[in-house]
Amino acid sequence: MKMNKYVERIYNGIIKENPTFIIMLGMCPTLAVTTSGNNGLYMGLTTTVVLAMSNLLISALRKFIPDKVRIPAYIVVVASLVTVVQLLLAAYLPVVNELLGIYIPLIVVNCIILGRAEAYAAKNSIGLSLFDGIGMGLGFTLALSIIGSFRELLGAGTIFSFKITPDSFEPISIFILAPGALFTLAILTALQNKLKLPSATNGSAGNNVGCGGDCSHCMGSTCTTNREEISSKAETSKVTIAKKSEAGDTQNQK
Amino acid sequence: MKELIMIIIGSALVNNVVLSQFLGLCPFLGVSKKTNTAAGMGAAVIFVITVASALCSLIYSKLLVPLDMGYLQTIVFILVIACLVQFVELILKKYSRPLYSALGVYLPLITTNCAVLGVALINVTEDYGLVKSTINGFGTAAGFTIAIIIMAGIRERIEYNDVTKSFQGSPIVLITAGLMAMAFFGFAGL
Repeated sequence: MKMNKYVERIYNGIIKENPTFIIMLGMCPTLAVTTSGNNGLYMGLTTTVVLAMSNLLISALRKFIPDKVRIPAYIVVVASLVTVVQLLLAAYLPVVNELLGIYIPLIVVNCIILGRAEAYAAKNSIGLSLFDGIGMGLGFTLALSIIGSFRELLGAGTIFSFKITPDSFEPISIFILAPGALFTLAILTALQNKLKLPSATNGSAGNNVGCGGDCSHCMGSTCTTNREEISSKAETSKVTIAKKSEAGDTQNQK
Repeated sequence: MKELIMIIIGSALVNNVVLSQFLGLCPFLGVSKKTNTAAGMGAAVIFVITVASALCSLIYSKLLVPLDMGYLQTIVFILVIACLVQFVELILKKYSRPLYSALGVYLPLITTNCAVLGVALINVTEDYGLVKSTINGFGTAAGFTIAIIIMAGIRERIEYNDVTKSFQGSPIVLITAGLMAMAFFGFAGL
């Protein structure tokens, strides 16, 4: 069965190219705010809103933004959106604003947002880019909630603030502190290596991610260096597909 | 004076920017393979963060607050940082070749380092003035440098160790970082 291309974008974001588990993007907020399931969920949803809107706007403006100044232009768009979201949160959900604090304005420098803008929204139609943003955002939200719940369960014995473990369980409080975040991520990537699951950290995620994926080897500028390579790759694959269909046509004619 | 020393110790060791706040994690994991590149990155970060926090603090208190536009801080700060990095790169290229060849390659990486924006925003939320902001920026960057150099030293040793197959690569680096974060808890008593 062929999936609707909009549904396919959502599936791609949540499962196939999950930004946290598969592409390993945006590690700073992932580690910093996942002290509980709730925090992860709030951060994920806030990022989803920004990501969907920024993909939409950047895709709408893609014909007007000159290629040479595209990165600063994207940054201004994203920073404005983040400011709007932050003011809305401060007005209507002050609790969330307090909880996430400095990590809300720092969404601006989250590589998922610029990565998706550069890899997807700058080349695709408005509708598809919006759904790509929503899919990626939901994938991020899901991943943060899972990591947050895991840390919360081990570190405090609760999930989404509901008590799960019996009283005899002594919470391992290191898991809700900073080192716990690093250990959790280490265990996750080790499992991916062991089970040979696709992940950017073991180089099996496929390199059509735009920024190349894998923050720990990116050093912040891979997306700009990778851009040429990826667009040329996309073009050659288009050409081969066109050639194949042509060949098919001639065979049919024979 | 005592307060300033407290700020430096607090930002460099107690609330280490990488190991307890997770800012600037990408360069911390990416550029920590060799001690000398780590030191170069650290020096570039110290330079940029100190100048950026002074500049952002000045712009916030002298321009944004009088004009009642404090809500524009995120947009203004990120643009100031991006311009500053470009500007520093140009100046170094023109006037100080040796410094440029030492720090040049790391400069473009710093624009996307969330620690720079993070410190500028922390300075505003903590209501620090110009002097305190600069000191806080310097302390934070020094903390980053300490962490990345220690990390690079440990990684150079890990190279020669026999690590279990599934833990090779990123997992062992993350475990190391986690142990370092635990060690840095010791500074909380200072």
